[in-house]
Amino acid sequence: MTSLGARPLLDAVSDPPVGLLAVDEAPNPWFDPSYVTDNWDSILAYTGEHVRLTVLAVVIGAVIALPLALLARRSRLLSAPVLGLSTVVYTIPSLAMFALLVPFTGLSSNTVLVGLVAYSLVILVRNFLAGLQGVPADVREAARGMGLSPAQALWRVDLPLALPAFMAGLRIATVSTVALTTVGVLVGHGGLGQLITGGFAANFYRAEIVTGAVGCVLLTLLADILLAGVERALTPWARAVRA
Amino acid sequence: MNEFSRALVYLNDPFNWSRPSGITDLALEHLAISAVAVLAAAVLALPVGVALGTARRGAGLVVVLSNVSRAVPTLALLTLFAVSPIGFGNRATTIALAVFAVPPILTNTFVGFRGVDPEVREAARGMGMSRGQVLGRVELPLALPLVTTGIRTAAVQVVATAGLAALVGGGGLGRLINLGFGQQDYGVMIAGAILVAGLALLTEAVLALLSWAVTPGPRRLPFLQVSTPRSASPVPEPTASGVPL
Repeated sequence: MTSLGARPLLDAVSDPPVGLLAVDEAPNPWFDPSYVTDNWDSILAYTGEHVRLTVLAVVIGAVIALPLALLARRSRLLSAPVLGLSTVVYTIPSLAMFALLVPFTGLSSNTVLVGLVAYSLVILVRNFLAGLQGVPADVREAARGMGLSPAQALWRVDLPLALPAFMAGLRIATVSTVALTTVGVLVGHGGLGQLITGGFAANFYRAEIVTGAVGCVLLTLLADILLAGVERALTPWARAVRA
Repeated sequence: MNEFSRALVYLNDPFNWSRPSGITDLALEHLAISAVAVLAAAVLALPVGVALGTARRGAGLVVVLSNVSRAVPTLALLTLFAVSPIGFGNRATTIALAVFAVPPILTNTFVGFRGVDPEVREAARGMGMSRGQVLGRVELPLALPLVTTGIRTAAVQVVATAGLAALVGGGGLGRLINLGFGQQDYGVMIAGAILVAGLALLTEAVLALLSWAVTPGPRRLPFLQVSTPRSASPVPEPTASGVPL
């Protein structure tokens, strides 16, 4: 306020001083419990959208990735293009990906979903393929020798042996999808990311931004713990070995 | 698609490239931010990675760091730095990007140096090499493929993420996407998307070539490695090989 003396034109009390934003004057704490309690409903709604997009993206990605990985395992002629294409998709920045999808899917959450599926698909195909290639050839041969049909061999031999790699892929895909969903703010469907940019737009309201960021991290932790539990439940033999 | 042809028209207009804060300016700004961020991260992460890797200690710390960095959305960090006392702009963007570039470089450097066969090191010592010579002539060449992978991963990640800075008042090519979106001019938005994606792919290609050039011994072009699935097993997969951004 001392600079006001040098600028008589700005002396009027109602004029905001040049170079000062409201952000400098009002208290703007990083953490504010009252923000969370006052806006609980909208936080919950954004979290719901975030969870829905993440779960759908990983599930759809896994459903597409499994047959692709099974096909890619059959020959190098198939695995090379699958892996090469996945490297390229992996490199495309998410903001560009969502922007490129807008003309096709508009400003709906489908834009975000399709982009997220593409990324989770890429992560999952690689991990699924690595898991399937890790199944020893003699074990598969033994399964065939025992008279298992290809479907039986897949269900009883390949999948259980590849399960750790599959679950590792699912965990990486889930964690990165939770983080990527925030970029959906470009089309207005970024889940908790809406809080992050919303707070930025609302005169740099820090409490809202921190709420969105912390919410994302908590969601990631929760999803990872959940998947770790599923992995434990699905592989009882691994526990027996460890004990 | 109408939008795509309009994007091509936009990209074909030389004035859009040469005018002040046109595509050329934005791309240079984008690259400058990215380069400073990656350099800062490398200066910070390489010595720590080398020290921890040669001592074979701190694996837990490195894993936790790379996992945590994966869980924090880049957009959140960019925004948090932008509203901090640093103020939004290129400085906040650069710092946020540097923070995100540290884990891939650190993890890969750590894994690379830890993976050096202790017997090779012992042989080098036995030949009378000093500690520094062992590090520079034996361990570094052996760890180099992973170290360059880490730097490449970090650089591609940073170039890709720098686009997000535009959502929170930063500069770079992401501005075209944000601007085009804000003005409902999808042609500009698509043009921006193509440029950002192209820059990321170009970074990947250039750095892959560069790391191929500096890696001693029998070498393969990184792009060709995918065509030989068997080659994946002997090289340890870097733990933080990056997340799409």
